[in-house]
Amino acid sequence: MQLSAEAIETPKTAQTAVRDIYLPPERKKISGGGVPHLSAKNFSIYYGEFEAVKKVNADILSKYVTAIIGPSGCGKSTFLRSINRMNDLITSCHTTGALLFDGEDVYGKFTDEVLLRKKIGMVFQKPNPFPKSIFDNIAYGPRLHGVKDRKTLDGIVETSLRKAALWDEVCDRLDKNALGLSGGQQQRLCVARTLAVEPEILLLDEPTSALDPKATAKIEDLIQELRGSYTIMIVTHNMQQASRVSDFTMFFYEGVLVEHAPTAQLFTKPKDRMTEDYITGRFS
Amino acid sequence: MNLGTRKLLDRSFTALGVGSIVIMGMMLLVVLMPILSNGITANVFRGTIEHRKLLYNEFRRGDHAELQRQIAESDAARRKAYAMMAAFEAEMKLMSEEKHAGYQEKYDQVKSAMKALLGPVPGEELPELTRFKYGQTRWSKAEERLHELLYEKQWDYSNPDVEAKEYDVSRAASFQGTSLVKLFPYVESNIDRMLLPEWTVYWGFITDSSIDSHMFGGIWPEIQGTIFLAVGAMLFAFPLGVIAAVYFTEYAREGFFNSLLRSANSTLAGVPSIVFGLFGLAFFINTLKVSESKSVLAGSLTLAIMILPTIIRSAEEAILSVPKTYREASLSLGSSKWNTIVTVILPAALPGILTGGVISLGRAAGETAPIIFTAAVSVGSAIGLADVFSSPTPALSWNIYNLASEHEAASEIRHVQYGMVLALVTIVLMLNLSAIILRARISKKLKG
Ligand SMILES: Nc1ncnc2c1ncn2[C@@H]1O[C@H](COP(=O)(O)OP(=O)(O)O)[C@@H](O)[C@H]1O
Ligand SMILES: [Mg+2]
Repeated sequence: MQLSAEAIETPKTAQTAVRDIYLPPERKKISGGGVPHLSAKNFSIYYGEFEAVKKVNADILSKYVTAIIGPSGCGKSTFLRSINRMNDLITSCHTTGALLFDGEDVYGKFTDEVLLRKKIGMVFQKPNPFPKSIFDNIAYGPRLHGVKDRKTLDGIVETSLRKAALWDEVCDRLDKNALGLSGGQQQRLCVARTLAVEPEILLLDEPTSALDPKATAKIEDLIQELRGSYTIMIVTHNMQQASRVSDFTMFFYEGVLVEHAPTAQLFTKPKDRMTEDYITGRFS
Repeated sequence: MNLGTRKLLDRSFTALGVGSIVIMGMMLLVVLMPILSNGITANVFRGTIEHRKLLYNEFRRGDHAELQRQIAESDAARRKAYAMMAAFEAEMKLMSEEKHAGYQEKYDQVKSAMKALLGPVPGEELPELTRFKYGQTRWSKAEERLHELLYEKQWDYSNPDVEAKEYDVSRAASFQGTSLVKLFPYVESNIDRMLLPEWTVYWGFITDSSIDSHMFGGIWPEIQGTIFLAVGAMLFAFPLGVIAAVYFTEYAREGFFNSLLRSANSTLAGVPSIVFGLFGLAFFINTLKVSESKSVLAGSLTLAIMILPTIIRSAEEAILSVPKTYREASLSLGSSKWNTIVTVILPAALPGILTGGVISLGRAAGETAPIIFTAAVSVGSAIGLADVFSSPTPALSWNIYNLASEHEAASEIRHVQYGMVLALVTIVLMLNLSAIILRARISKKLKG
């Protein structure tokens, strides 16, 4: 594990070299990207006494898509939810080590978790639109952060929905309740709602597990669209999905980050036996 | 278990369920039907000319010209009866001392029976109390009074082993051989013309103040008092209860202090209401001195304390039933906890919170014990909004009890009691109905 982390932590030029080998041509090089956006340093997460994520060391590079895979219960969600401190809702949950976001500790004494969550948005496993109109769902975040002007809001709603590839489907019924949309539309709405607050990082926790294949394909397309504009982390237990959408993949097993490497490399030449067993389906 | 028995069981459970619902419905009917049929007699009844006179004199209601015509008509019929009485009085003066004395008492009874039926004899000085200024205003009562005029009630003590039986003796018989004997058949056959009964719809029962402590008039002060007290209680208890529920569900940490608070809340919900009544007197009036003595304010505060636990609990349940995902969604968008509660959680919990609130409002409207010492008076006029801080008020719940048990003429005004019961039941039912409608509408809006 230390090995793969080193591969990622190598200087930027070396990084690019690795990617040049393994990434397909259209995924190469993103301007302004590739610097560590998040870095975990001996980062552990506990539920009470139980160490659910164990001493993770990793850098998440900006503007790239990082997939998190691993068997159920291995701590993927726990790790993801610790990044924007959604785990604060669970009183027994605490962390050790450090998780740096742009060089600042997420769990630092003076960190404002509300501001942090504005910069690190999250989309959940089950679509969870508010029981409000489509417009109000998207406008919820911007309004929260002080946008009052109706014209500005209109603009934000339209851009967000366009970015989430939902605009054409809902532009004539923005005032209808969001719960009337299909599951796939609801999930894209949730993406749009997150994008509306202009986050830097987008966390997706199994965003397609509740969706049918067509809706899943739309979400995957969407991730492709957003790649390069946001740092994206997506938890999935679908390895095809991981290989399709991501640039880097992290493999967790029982709370341990086993391997972290460019996706193409991890799926073709895994360094760890456990990774190999997992991606070849010897266990799941 | 084979298919046959399963189906049989299924069917018998269905039958059991339907049966219990039918029984419940019938019991509701058994309770509500008398309330409705008796209560409606306060508004709809056969009113006599006396009722119309009263309405005109006290409230200036009714067609004056038509009333004058009817008064003339009934006076014409009454005049003959009064003439017969005058003739008998003259006859008595010519009687021997002994005979005169024998008739005097019986004649006095006849005279007062006539007064009860038709009101004061013309030319006599008008009595003070309104109830004696008029004859019978309701035909059903007039028929009872007519019977008392025609028959004297006697008690049969012949068998000492059983309770005495009452029986009627015709008064006409006791005046046999005098001129008064004609009076009884005359009144009996002309009572219609003397009182001119008409089917009357008296909506004023709801909007008028009472006259002469509920002998006449309506129950508006009671209705208004009930509304003031219940709404006042709500103004205090609802915001406080919702805030407490938010504290319990969102901010309180599990611990000794918190579980103490919770069990205190549950205990309060089960405390008998009379205890709250005494507490209200001791605390709000005697200690805090929110008002000099009974007042709407003190009553509202007492009721508020009484319904607070219920509101807290229903609001807590409603808040806890809001899906966790809403909270997550809001927080993940960079919303503060407080903002999440106000903009997402409370709106989603609103149907449940409101339902609890309205049910408590119904309870506040119906409770008697908490307001006995803090707000209620048996007779009073409608008070203005500005007086709620200092004035007590009559209220339906208290006055139903008061009229039924403590009014000096309780049996004369049963219709008022029933009318109040109907009004109270209607108010509570309407509140509950509005809660159901409100809930349905908000839920529909939330579901899209
Ligand atoms: N709220 C919690 N309290 C205690 N243990 C938890 C909680 N949530 C998750 N866990 C435990 O943490 C481990 C990792 O869970 P999770 O991150 O949800 O796994 P994954 O998302 O990879 O399926 C599991 O063993 C799970 O039982
Ligand atoms: Mg998970």
